Amino acid sequence: MTDQTLTPAEIADFHCLAGIVVPASTRYKVPGADDDAIFADILNSLERDTDPVRVALALLRTHAGGSFAALSPARRAEVAAKLRADGGTPVAVLTRNVLLCYYRDPRVMVSLGLEARPPFPKGHVVDQGDWSLLDPVRARPPFWRPAPR
Amino acid sequence: MNDKVDVLIVGSGASGAAVAWSLADTKMRIVCLEQGDWMKQSDYPTNGTDYDSRLFRDFATSPNIRKRPSDYPINDDASPIKVVNFNAVGGSTVMYTAHYPRLHPSDFRVRSLDGVADDWPIDYQTLDPFFAENDRMMGTSGLAGDPAYPPHQPTMPPLPLGRSGTKIAQTMNKLGWHWWPSDTALATTEYEGRAPCINLGHCTPACAQGAKASTDITYWPAAIRAGVELRTNCRVREISVGPDGMANGVIYYDANDVEQFLGAEVVILACNGVGTPRLLLNSVSGKFPSGLANSSGLVGKNLMFHPWSHIYGYVDEPMDGHRGPPLCIWSQEFYETGKDRDFVRGFNFQFNRGMPVATEAVNTEAAGLVPWGDGHHDAFRALMGHRLTVGVCTEDLPEEHNRVTLDPVLKDRHGIPAPKIDYTIGDNTNRMLDFAVARAREIMDAAGARHVGVIRPLPLSGWHLLGTARMGHDPERSVVNGWGRSHDVKNLFIVDGSVFVTSGGVNPTSTIQAVALYIADKIKQRLATLFD
Repeated sequence: MTDQTLTPAEIADFHCLAGIVVPASTRYKVPGADDDAIFADILNSLERDTDPVRVALALLRTHAGGSFAALSPARRAEVAAKLRADGGTPVAVLTRNVLLCYYRDPRVMVSLGLEARPPFPKGHVVDQGDWSLLDPVRARPPFWRPAPR
Repeated sequence: MNDKVDVLIVGSGASGAAVAWSLADTKMRIVCLEQGDWMKQSDYPTNGTDYDSRLFRDFATSPNIRKRPSDYPINDDASPIKVVNFNAVGGSTVMYTAHYPRLHPSDFRVRSLDGVADDWPIDYQTLDPFFAENDRMMGTSGLAGDPAYPPHQPTMPPLPLGRSGTKIAQTMNKLGWHWWPSDTALATTEYEGRAPCINLGHCTPACAQGAKASTDITYWPAAIRAGVELRTNCRVREISVGPDGMANGVIYYDANDVEQFLGAEVVILACNGVGTPRLLLNSVSGKFPSGLANSSGLVGKNLMFHPWSHIYGYVDEPMDGHRGPPLCIWSQEFYETGKDRDFVRGFNFQFNRGMPVATEAVNTEAAGLVPWGDGHHDAFRALMGHRLTVGVCTEDLPEEHNRVTLDPVLKDRHGIPAPKIDYTIGDNTNRMLDFAVARAREIMDAAGARHVGVIRPLPLSGWHLLGTARMGHDPERSVVNGWGRSHDVKNLFIVDGSVFVTSGGVNPTSTIQAVALYIADKIKQRLATLFD
């Protein structure tokens, strides 16, 4: 049976890595993915992805030669780049989980100029667009291919 | 409860719902067994801010990822294209994008016109009234007058062009290539109790608004009002056969996982192009040692998918992005065989608006367009909402080595052998994809798109499950006759995409349902002599 909980050491490494995947930005006034609320959302959402994330974190630890969180910022950046380059599917799954949670945080959505809400029930507005563009296509004779019965 | 019924339908999706509704006016006792349950719109992803995430979980398109109790595993390791489906009342119409083109007239005469594959035993003109009837029942949006098709009238106005459609339309006009607003099964106005589309922007994993025509909210309410009984959470293990060689019912597991037998005068399979051959191959008996209805040896063979590719790029102007249905416009410019090409048959382009924000982040990061660390925000914000995507849907020709068999090891939670897929993309289709991708790149160039990328084939694109119990006049070359009746078992019918002789180069749901209505009509016409 899969243990759905990461260890404290795994969580510490993951927390540091999340802040590298998406760092905070003063320019855009957004937190990083290591923000407490966002990272809690990431951990709470892992569910069936816990095992591949654990595999990715084990590889991270291997590249770091121990605790990733204990490395200097410069060394962390080097190790993270190596992980991204050779981590394969487990790292893709880890990254996906980070991004899916980051890009639903209300502060991030507002910074992107979007409303922090689910699509339903309000929906969105889509303009009709320029239907006059269809005129030359309407003028084209039928070109479907007749077939014998 | 389990007294013998007149008609037993297995599967409640696109075709099962249509055939149930049509046969209901006979007043026969009709029961449909569905392995999934009723869905609730209040549970659909767009009710929450985590809607992107659920596409990787309980609303994943692949049953192997989704793993709901209603799902069965599929071994698709030996296929570059993975099977996607949904198992619930409404079947995969709950989990489709509702692109709703019809097959073209030429699609039914491939052998006569192009010397490949086989002609269908029916044609477009025969199906035309059933296309129209199905359009009324499902509710379709679109625009009459497309020069790529014989005349037909969608029931509602088309989806808006929006920014994305306008950009693509300008580009296609520049190239002089055909485009037209897509026929869709999305309601653009109030329709038969359905609310109109409000541009939730995430159509495939179920529509919280109910604007998308899934058969749980179109055919089934009408069929149930007309007296059809629908039993949910009932998984059929095998079709049983009497000493006379006729089907006499099915063995299934009920909602409490208890084995049951339900007798029937007529059995109709509507389980899609993977589920139907799986059930037939699992229905082995002394009289049918290689599976039911399989004297031709073709059950499970000739699997067709529509190999799909995506060509995407980013333009300077803001596009519709996450706003609005993915569906927009199509092009049939290269649909028919061209004499100057190194392949026969053709494909259609489908232009998509964009994708949800978080999904865009995942895709751009995976494509190497958005970095980790410094530069992440600038890179993502430059791309978000600027995507154009061209989907290529190619015709897949039937080849017997592309097939569904039974996996010797893998089983579902009831212990029923799972399907195994062996599939390779054919030479003709690969040449077609070469050509289509090159044309799509021309579209991107003409649109001024940057960061153009190609995904070929799209792995999770096995939506269209076709050809594995083909129809035809010759019992040695087909599984069912021209009106869906098994050549071998005269009270067994198949009405799903399995019966397709060729695939065409468009999404098949509209045609699957028209064929199901046609078969139902033939059954009604022949009730007195149905088994002759």
